[in-house]
Amino acid sequence: MLAYIVRRLLYAIPILIGVNLITFALFFVVNTPDDMARMQLGVKRVTPEAMARWKAERGYDKPLFVNPAASGSGVFSETIFFEKSARMFVGDFGRAEDGRDIAREIGQRMGPSLAIALPTFILGLFVAIAVALTLAFFRASALDFWGVVLCVALMSISGLFYIIGGQYLVAKIWKLVPISGYGEGLDAWRFLILPVAIGVVSGIGSSARWYRSIFLEEVSKDYVRTARAKGLRETVVFSRHILKNALIPILTGVVVVIPLLFMGSLLSESFFGIPGLGSYTIDAINAQDFAVVRAMVFIGSLLYIVGLILTDLSYTLVDPRIRFS
Amino acid sequence: MMPFQIVVLWSDLLVWLLFAAALGLALLARRSPPLASAWQRVGASRPGMAAATVLLCFALVGLLDSLHYRLRLPAASGPAGAGSKASAQYAVEVLSLLDALATPLRTRNEKTYSAPFATRLLAKETREVAGVGTVRERPRLKYGGAHLGEREAELAADVGFTAFRYAALGFLGWTLLTLALLSYLRQRALALAASAEYSSQMARPVAPEAGAKAQVFTVDRESGQKPALPGAWALLRGETGGAGGAAGGGLAWDAVLAVLLLLALLLPPLFALAADYHVFGTDKVGQDVLYQVLKSIRTGLIIGLVTTLVMLPLAVLLGIAAGYFRGWVDDLIQYLYTVLNSIPGVLLIAAAVLMMQVVIDTHPQWFATAAERADLRLLALCAILGVTSWTGLCRLLRGETLKLRELEYIQAAQAFGVSHARIIGRHILPNLMHIVVIALVMDFSGLVLAEAVLSYVGIGVDPTMTSFGTMINNARLELGREPVVWWSLAAAFATMFVLVLAANLFADAVRDAFDPRMA
Repeated sequence: MLAYIVRRLLYAIPILIGVNLITFALFFVVNTPDDMARMQLGVKRVTPEAMARWKAERGYDKPLFVNPAASGSGVFSETIFFEKSARMFVGDFGRAEDGRDIAREIGQRMGPSLAIALPTFILGLFVAIAVALTLAFFRASALDFWGVVLCVALMSISGLFYIIGGQYLVAKIWKLVPISGYGEGLDAWRFLILPVAIGVVSGIGSSARWYRSIFLEEVSKDYVRTARAKGLRETVVFSRHILKNALIPILTGVVVVIPLLFMGSLLSESFFGIPGLGSYTIDAINAQDFAVVRAMVFIGSLLYIVGLILTDLSYTLVDPRIRFS
Repeated sequence: MMPFQIVVLWSDLLVWLLFAAALGLALLARRSPPLASAWQRVGASRPGMAAATVLLCFALVGLLDSLHYRLRLPAASGPAGAGSKASAQYAVEVLSLLDALATPLRTRNEKTYSAPFATRLLAKETREVAGVGTVRERPRLKYGGAHLGEREAELAADVGFTAFRYAALGFLGWTLLTLALLSYLRQRALALAASAEYSSQMARPVAPEAGAKAQVFTVDRESGQKPALPGAWALLRGETGGAGGAAGGGLAWDAVLAVLLLLALLLPPLFALAADYHVFGTDKVGQDVLYQVLKSIRTGLIIGLVTTLVMLPLAVLLGIAAGYFRGWVDDLIQYLYTVLNSIPGVLLIAAAVLMMQVVIDTHPQWFATAAERADLRLLALCAILGVTSWTGLCRLLRGETLKLRELEYIQAAQAFGVSHARIIGRHILPNLMHIVVIALVMDFSGLVLAEAVLSYVGIGVDPTMTSFGTMINNARLELGREPVVWWSLAAAFATMFVLVLAANLFADAVRDAFDPRMA
């Protein structure tokens, strides 16, 4: 088991290096630092001195991969690739355009992000499974038919509509919760309840339909027929046999997103003014702060790879037939 | 000399290429029995056919909006004008056929916000009136309801009357169409009945409940009268097996006609009223919202379709190569898609779009007109979306190819010494087509929704290009205004909802028809 985990972790390293190379190529090779400087400073009134100063302030004035001017190990370490990309592996993300340390900023913003993403995830999963189980229980009835129609309609609505409409109706017209903002400690629930509710509702259509099809696949299996032949009531068949077996594909399927919850949600955080990583990313994109976007790409990939490893582990944990190989 | 110059944008070319490819595939599907029977099942599905009808309407708007031209400017007067005849000057603005059809919508701009069917602006303005002094009132619109003149009170009556008249006209048109279709189907049923041996089977769908009636029909037939016809309902229902279904080509005509009835009752009044009013209101700069909605459709369709055009070759080639050759090829391709997959989609798109923006901004000399720049940016966005989204389909195809290559007929082909390319082309690819078709239709709706989110985040289409995303983005602060401006958002969301719902329903029908596990 331990050897298996170690091997999976080692496999993650080349993937992270690949991610790093792709982002480096996107940010520094496709466009030279000169292009970036010209765009940041405005294409029209740009002087060579201003560009040189802009690049020097951010450390973009060094060569890309090899620095022949430096001595010793500085040939490789005093380059853009080493300082901007390779240092990410030790958690050094450099500074944002406003001069703040990105790693510190990320640490501070993880809490609010998690405070909204985690309840949304757990509640959403619970509600979707409950709805799917109900639809599957009353399969091929009018309730099932209209339930599926409703699911398709719900998943056809833009995510932006749920947020804009919900915020307008609940916060502005009914004035039940503050429109946006965030509070410290336990006081935060007033700000979180609406984004969480909207997140749950907007995700319910696609996931409930997906889980329903998983339940229906289980219903047609042999063990279900055996359970009915034993004389079990349909409610018992569903709650004790089908639910448990269907939870295996459902839960192992969602494990991969759990680490990504740290990244927060882009849209609802920016609409509700929650100081999490999602709104941090959006602000960085709008301000064209390349350093922050690069850092977020790196962290996102790291978390995704952790999710993949957790998925593999969860398969082996819930299904004894799968061996570590 | 032509009064206009035809402009072929790159995206126009791709749209018409896609259109031609769809026609070509349809012809191909007619020849291949398995494909034909799968599409037959799609055609027999009522939600599928209803959705397809709606999608065709959207496609029509998109195609009309993909024929671009530039108007010739009136030649300058004087001797210079006479000499410049050889090199005519064309307007900078690139228009499409849809723009020409919707000229009133495009050109009748008000000053600023006005509500749907309003005759006055939304906000009050101060005005000097001779003899009275300053007056604060909501000024009349230049175009909205201008034909009413002083009779503003008759607005509701005028709208209702026009709507009713054109709805009646639409209903009339629909009735004629239905009758024409029915008579055509009847003709086909007659021809079918005449060519086939008359048997009791033909009479069954007409009178399934009464055996005695069938007897009567048989007698009629023997006495030399016209063959029994299935009823109108059976002709339209498209149930396979019956004579009615056979004549209708097994298509669910009733669903198509129901949707057409709805459209016939809604669209003629909408466009008739749009000539006199701003049916969906006007936005901040006074532009008609209905016009923006119409223009957004093309953007949405291109994002949904061209992206798959980029994604498909990558996914199919790499997926089959990984599954078929295995070994280091498989390792390499798996590594590639794990790396791409592990970068969160939005962030990868954001990074790529930010970089593309730098390229576009630093090379203004590449683009002759603003439309060309926006167009190329749209295509670049499609390419980026395609490059970031091929991994899912690639993994599916790899898994299926791994299974297929172990089957006996592939091994037999290998034993015969058939080349790899031929095995892949003749034996593997056709057996993967159902996965490809399902993935194509399932991806479309997700891409249309994604465009709105990306444009909102600021990494979507060019801000000057009308799309659902830019409409929502421009209108996002309007709900906070007093009085509230809701119509831009509502129109964008409602149209997007109809488009995506239709795409989802159609995708479901296609999946049910093509997925072998569903059969």
